[in-house]
Order: sequence, then C-alpha cells, then structure tokens
Amino acid sequence: MKNPLAKFDKAFEHKTRLHIMSVLMVNEHYEFNALKELLQVTDGNLATQIKALEKEEYIEIIKGYTGKKPNTKYKATKLGKAAFNKHLQALENIINMQK
Amino acid sequence: MDELKSMQQDLSSIRNLMERSNKFISLSGLSGILAGIYALGGAVYSYFILYYPNSPFGYRIKYVNDVTILNKLIIAAAVVLLLSISSAILLSYKKAAKNGESLLNKNSKILFISFCVPLFSGGLFTLVLLFRGYLGIVAPATLLFYGLALINASNATLSEIKGLGYLQISLGLISALLPGYGLLLWATGFGVIHIIYGALMYQKYDK
Repeated sequence: MKNPLAKFDKAFEHKTRLHIMSVLMVNEHYEFNALKELLQVTDGNLATQIKALEKEEYIEIIKGYTGKKPNTKYKATKLGKAAFNKHLQALENIINMQK
Repeated sequence: MDELKSMQQDLSSIRNLMERSNKFISLSGLSGILAGIYALGGAVYSYFILYYPNSPFGYRIKYVNDVTILNKLIIAAAVVLLLSISSAILLSYKKAAKNGESLLNKNSKILFISFCVPLFSGGLFTLVLLFRGYLGIVAPATLLFYGLALINASNATLSEIKGLGYLQISLGLISALLPGYGLLLWATGFGVIHIIYGALMYQKYDK
C-alpha cells in the first residue's frame, strides 16, 4: 500500500502555518494584525511562519496603506490553495483509514 | 494513536478558524432579549397613547396624524432603537472580551455596515413617507427593512440571524395585508420574537 504520509506537505507541519493557510482559504486577504489576534501568536512567530509560506510561494504579500499607515495583507496563491487542499485530503484519508 | 488524535485536532482547528476568521461570533443573545423587552415597552406605551381604554384589537381613540401624538410615537421608536443598539454593542463587547476577540475587527465592521445600510435606508424611507401622511406604512416597512438588514448581516455573524430575518419579513408582509393590526404585529416581531430568539441564542452560545 502506498504510504499516505507521502502526500503530507512539509510546509504545513507547523501548526501556525496550517492555521494561517486555513484563514486565507476562506478570506480574500487578511491583515497581519488581524491574523495575530485571531491566531493568538506573537509577532515574531507569525512573521517567521509567514516568511516560510511565502518562500514556498503559497501566499503572497499585498502592501498597502490605510490612511498614512502602511498595512500588509496576505493572500493565498493558487499553488498554496492546491497544496492545502491536498494536505487536507491526506489528513482525511488517514483518519478514515483508522475507522 | 497520538498522531491520529493530533490530526483530528488539526482538522477541527482548521474548521474553527475558517468559521471564525470571516464572522463576528460574539453577538450576544442576551441583547436580543433586552431589545425585545424595550420593544414591548415601546409598544405598550404606544398602545396607551393610541387605544387606551379600548383593546388593541379595537378602534383607535386618537388619530395618529395629530402632530403631537406622531412626535411622541417617533421619539418612543427612536428610544427603543437606540437602547437596543447600545445594549447589543455593550453586551457583545463584553462577550468578545471573554472570547478573546476584539469588538473592532474587520468582521465586526463588515457586520455593522451590512446591518446598518438596509436598516437606516429603510428607516429614513419610512420617516419620509410618514411625514407625507402614509401612516399605515410604519409597521410593515420597519419590519420588512429590519428583516432585510438581518439577512444581509447574517453572512457576517451567527447563521441563525438569517432565520430571524425571514420571520421579520413575513410579519412585515402580513402587517401590510392587515392594516389595523400594525401595532400588534410590530410588537410580535420586535418584541416577542426577539425575546424568544434571544433566549435560544443565549442557551446555545452564551452559556
């Protein structure tokens, strides 16, 4: 039998990365501070995980301004969405196999 | 087996985040109950102005187009509206603090705007018609626009709000067909149904 773990995406091994991706799947884009509040993580942790996802080209950055303040938003890329769906499918398969 | 458990936790946290990230979920059920009580208070007050000592099913003893009476009714309605909105904001603020959600985030803003646009356009529309003498419009129009506002806002918050919207719209249409029963249907929609719905939401989410 094929090893179902083979489909697991290493990029989503870290919980925060998985969570960031979940949020970006259902929202067109999300701001840094809003993500921080929702996920209850520190600035440093969030920035690191975002950078990792960005390196995989799973998310992209939209720089903008609200008034004069710079604000940074994140958006899931097509590649990222496909990878996330595959990862979810793999999770489901494993859980179903145990039943 | 520990791994399996952690995978299940992953899945449930994903589901939870997808739900929470685009909805404001700290809407307070208690504030629905309070809004219902204020509305019933307003309805009873209006009854005493308009019908007393006749039954609310009977004839009005006063004409609504008397300006002082009209003003009293409008002020009563405005007080009910202001009390209801401020209770909703205050109690949701408390609930949000408990949930670790802030009251002023992207989702609460979307909720507020999607609720207020239909509500206030309907409210102003009703006022304009009222001053032109279409007195019978008040109960059906306020119920209808309130229902539309709820349905519009329901995507940004707890999904039960949609059902409440449909109920208010139905009552609005019924009251358009039964012009004499405006006050009663208004009290049912804004009063009784709010209290029942608020209590159900309180049971489900606030406890």
